[in-house]
Amino acid sequence: METFLQLVLTGIMVGSIYALVALGWVLIYKCSGVLNLAMGELTLIGAYVSLTFYTWGLPFPLALLATLIIGAILGILTERIFLRRLIGEPVLTIIMVTVGLSFFFRGLIELIWGTDTRVFHPPVFPYEPVRLGPVVIGQVYLWSFIAALALLGILAAFFRYTRWGLAMQAMADDEMAAMSLGISPKFVYAAAWAIAFMAAGVGGSLLGNINGVNISVGYLGLLVLPAVVLGGLNSIPGAIVGGIIIGVLQNLAGGYLDRFTPGGVKEIFPFVVMTLMLLIKPYGLFGWVRIERV
Amino acid sequence: MADGGAMLQVNNIEVRYHQVILVLKGVSLKVPAGGIVALLGANGAGKSTTLKAISGLLKHEDGQITDGSIEFMGQRIDRKSAEEIAAMGIIQVLEGRRVFEHLTVEENLRVGAHHGDGRRLSERLELVYHYFPHLRTIRNRVAGFCSGGEQQMLAIGRALMTNPRLLLLDEPSLGLAPLIVREIMEIITRLNREQGIAVLLVEQNAKLALEIAQHAYVLENGRVVMEGPAAALRDNPDIREFYLGLTEMGARKRFREAKWYKRRKRWLT
Ligand SMILES: Nc1ncnc2c1ncn2[C@@H]1O[C@H](COP(=O)(O)OP(=O)(O)OP(=O)(O)O)[C@@H](O)[C@H]1O
Ligand SMILES: [Mg+2]
Repeated sequence: METFLQLVLTGIMVGSIYALVALGWVLIYKCSGVLNLAMGELTLIGAYVSLTFYTWGLPFPLALLATLIIGAILGILTERIFLRRLIGEPVLTIIMVTVGLSFFFRGLIELIWGTDTRVFHPPVFPYEPVRLGPVVIGQVYLWSFIAALALLGILAAFFRYTRWGLAMQAMADDEMAAMSLGISPKFVYAAAWAIAFMAAGVGGSLLGNINGVNISVGYLGLLVLPAVVLGGLNSIPGAIVGGIIIGVLQNLAGGYLDRFTPGGVKEIFPFVVMTLMLLIKPYGLFGWVRIERV
Repeated sequence: MADGGAMLQVNNIEVRYHQVILVLKGVSLKVPAGGIVALLGANGAGKSTTLKAISGLLKHEDGQITDGSIEFMGQRIDRKSAEEIAAMGIIQVLEGRRVFEHLTVEENLRVGAHHGDGRRLSERLELVYHYFPHLRTIRNRVAGFCSGGEQQMLAIGRALMTNPRLLLLDEPSLGLAPLIVREIMEIITRLNREQGIAVLLVEQNAKLALEIAQHAYVLENGRVVMEGPAAALRDNPDIREFYLGLTEMGARKRFREAKWYKRRKRWLT
């Protein structure tokens, strides 16, 4: 029972990081219809950027802030350079471009940071675990959870209360109607990429604190796909719930099934869930049932 | 051919979709400052296309103005983007209402104020609630759950939030109960009179449109086939028959009658 609780709790905490990255993914999809397969690389870039700032001696919160800023800039650049000219092209073309982007980013990362695993040194969070009732949790999980929740809260407030957030929601609901009020789709697409890069960046940085930074952070970033399929491709609450569920399922699979196999269950299980979900409930738990615009 | 009286002037425009489908074949019309002008015509005549050509939304549907020009307050606007045109004060209220379904009524309105001065937001909201008091009572309702009439009011209210000079209204009566249509037409008239907003009103309900407009154009198959003061069009036997559904004796008549085709041909030549 304690193991179970332990697995579920850490699962929720890691899942909140996936939720953050998934929110960024859904935002791009909702606002511009782009299915972005480069999300893993965005996460990886965030991990390396924050690690770099940390190694240069910035305190971790400031390193995170710098990661957010760099993320926003990279997001806007990516949209401008690679995606803007593709507006109106067939969906498949755009998907292939994001696949190309993911290879491009991966190459760039290896060029700049190499392929060795790097760790945050000295460790950002104390090693001593904390007791929460009957379970023991590593502080890194707890703090990551708090940071992810804080950022999710800030983003939620941004969408609800600021004119830019509202404009993005409007564009996601009805592009033509938003344009009829003078809202620029270019601005909204750029903002969506900027926020996605920022969310993935912070997510990557937190995951890097948990596991160390190497290419595997990119695979974790790819877990957004099962998360968003579970939640519904165009639902922001769905992305958050989906991310957390994937975190929990992944942990449980790792904890209970790993010993029956040569390993790898933890990596595969979320994608098994995704496939099942696509067969049973293709619009996810929260998705809008609506004909895709092409 | 600048015209001192005309706020908007559409000069003989030709519009194509996907570079090949010719939809408007030389449409000209004028909207005077402070006026209400009706644009009538059957399904597929090109009414919505005309509005989209003016508002710049045409490009979003892969349409293009291939000939002619559009001037607004003395400036060429036919090459401008939809955002630039909206910023000049021309706002189109799309056919079919198109509210932001997942946002609340008030959030919909706030989207309309996106480019406005943030400090004057509540002032604009008050103005909208002044003309549409019912919207205030449902301000926190999710727009997708509102009735058709409420959504139409919201669509016009949302446009009003932008502080427009010229409203392009595309079939605001579509699918609504007669009583609500009356109310909406009345509000449009008041907005025009009290706020000085010019209106280009596309309608299939010609009777209503001719009641509130001063001037009207009839579009057929991408061409203006008739124009004149609203009163004159109301009395025109062809209009009475085809758009108002009245024969000489005043009895209701079916829309498509044998003679229709012949008379239509007469307009076209
Ligand atoms: N995006 C498009 N691509 C190709 N053809 C189009 C497009 N939009 C409209 N058309 C065509 O242009 C013509 C005029 O359409 P438009 O929507 O302007 O008519 P309308 O007068 O507004 O009709 P309705 O009363 O049905 O709204 C129609 O034949 C229509 O099929
Ligand atoms: Mg139309």
